[in-house]
Amino acid sequence: MSASNESQDEEPNRRDFIHLLGIGVAGMGVAGAVVPLVHQMNPDASVLALSTKEVDISSLGVGEAIKVMWQGKPVFIRHRSPEEIADAEATPLAQLKDTLARNDNLPPVDDAEDKNRATNQAYLVLVGVCTHLGCIPLGTSPGEIKGDFNGYFCPCHGSHYDTSGRIRKGPAPENLPIPPYEFVTDSVIKIG
Amino acid sequence: MAHESTYVPGTGIEKWLDRRLPLVRLMHDSFVDFPTPKNLNYWWTFGGILAICLVIQIVTGIVLAMHYVPHVDMAFNSVEHIMRDVNYGWLMRYVHANGASMFFLAVYIHMFRGLYYGSYKEPREIVWILGVVIFLLMMATAFMGYVLPWGQMSFWAAQVITNLFTAIPVVGESIRTLLIGGFSVDNATLNRFFSLHYLLPFAIFGVVVLHVWAFHTAGNNNPSGVEIKDVKKDTVTFHPYYTVKDGFAISVFLVLMAWFVFFNPNALGHTDNYIPANPLSTPAAIVPEWYFLPFYAILRAITFDVGPVSSKLCGVIAMFASIGVLFILPWLDTSKVRSMRYRPVAKLWFVLFVIVSIILGWLGGKPAEGHYIIMAQLGTAYYFGFFLVILPLLGWLETPTQLPKSISESVLKQKKKTTSDPSPAPAAAPAE
Repeated sequence: MSASNESQDEEPNRRDFIHLLGIGVAGMGVAGAVVPLVHQMNPDASVLALSTKEVDISSLGVGEAIKVMWQGKPVFIRHRSPEEIADAEATPLAQLKDTLARNDNLPPVDDAEDKNRATNQAYLVLVGVCTHLGCIPLGTSPGEIKGDFNGYFCPCHGSHYDTSGRIRKGPAPENLPIPPYEFVTDSVIKIG
Repeated sequence: MAHESTYVPGTGIEKWLDRRLPLVRLMHDSFVDFPTPKNLNYWWTFGGILAICLVIQIVTGIVLAMHYVPHVDMAFNSVEHIMRDVNYGWLMRYVHANGASMFFLAVYIHMFRGLYYGSYKEPREIVWILGVVIFLLMMATAFMGYVLPWGQMSFWAAQVITNLFTAIPVVGESIRTLLIGGFSVDNATLNRFFSLHYLLPFAIFGVVVLHVWAFHTAGNNNPSGVEIKDVKKDTVTFHPYYTVKDGFAISVFLVLMAWFVFFNPNALGHTDNYIPANPLSTPAAIVPEWYFLPFYAILRAITFDVGPVSSKLCGVIAMFASIGVLFILPWLDTSKVRSMRYRPVAKLWFVLFVIVSIILGWLGGKPAEGHYIIMAQLGTAYYFGFFLVILPLLGWLETPTQLPKSISESVLKQKKKTTSDPSPAPAAAPAE
């Protein structure tokens, strides 16, 4: 505003000043009102209160897997067999579509080697939401299709994930994300 | 508005009101004595049909909202309650659900009509742009309405569509969280969709008023594309000529709607939506409602990365661009001739465009694999090619045929042709 006023011959007078002041104050008032009006749409306290969850995995045998709900999303926990771990470790990074770990417990620059995907390699913990358009991949319950790489398969648009939950084939752009979690004891995982 | 007022208040009450709020005068000048081109064909009746569609949706929607419960635990059951327990609830819901389909059917015909007869050209750019705004609002409203019954398709449609926003770099994830009000599609999502689904039809109503205002200022386009030269010779009053014609078309259209409502109410829906939403299990195939299929096909047609931009983001951009391109259509079409009746080459490309749009719709319902993807890519290429290459070039390359001097001349010429050349019809009759 001041730039355009300076370019004119006349100095801004008292009336211009009161106009600018009026518009400025009203504008700040509107901006102040917009913040709560928009922010009310974000997750509320009751949703945020459910942001951690403890899961007992003592009954999970080798090769078995379970689905639990965390923040309204399914989390896949798989007790991997040594062969599955070996498979995942043997895959060179060059064969991966997404070479980042996508692990919330690690810095975002870490690469997608299997050791960066599971701190305790026996247990693979994943957010079970396909990174393409949000469908739930199959492969957790017995009898479900596990896809070409023996991990997970999304039936919506045909994305195949491997035994480390990494995208190998299909339209999904990223590996299945690893949620923040820790082992509270040897058999209890706290997610979130 | 565009013409001098011919309203004469008859009674004392009308005179009293006219001095204070000339509402009756506005209605009289807009919908009774409005000078309307006398050659409008039945393609022009879809405006009136759409107005009726909007009223039907609002009325049935308000009734449904009296019985529906926007809560994840009760939404599905409350819809079944409407279907089974509420007096005439089944009728209200089937009219509302099929009414949405009919609304889109009519709007697509209305848009193709505008495209063919060049109704978006100077001085009707604003009319067209407001129409595209209405179309966008309709799509948002229909999508959110489809989520409300909280069946499997409702839930997963919400999941997939809100996930489109995560394709936006950096802020995508936060935008999605803001839209759905949580970390996943849940009660907060259902509640706000209900609120907005109730609001947007009234926003549509407002834009419709502007749409009508705009074309009452510029005047109706007509099949010849020639402007009104002489109000006496070229126009007739809206009432009774077009109130009757529109009324007849509306009646025929309602017969079609009644056929769906009473004889095949679920033909256009998806059976999976009669299964309550389950966040842990994705249906085998997620298919949007038929009226979104061409855009869904465009979304899925982009299976390749373009430079550093991921295929997912490219697909989303292509889908939004397919509607965005309509906003600049008035400036893409370089031909001075409005009606494709006098554009022999453009007419052929237009027919191909309609066919491609329908094929894209068919492809949107097919799995995205193999040759379906290639067909969708070709269709998408033609869709954009029609707007961005063919229409701009044709203005220079095409030689239009002779335009009539006026609307009245074009009508008289047609009449002469049919009366002086009656031979083919009687000759064909005995051959049967």
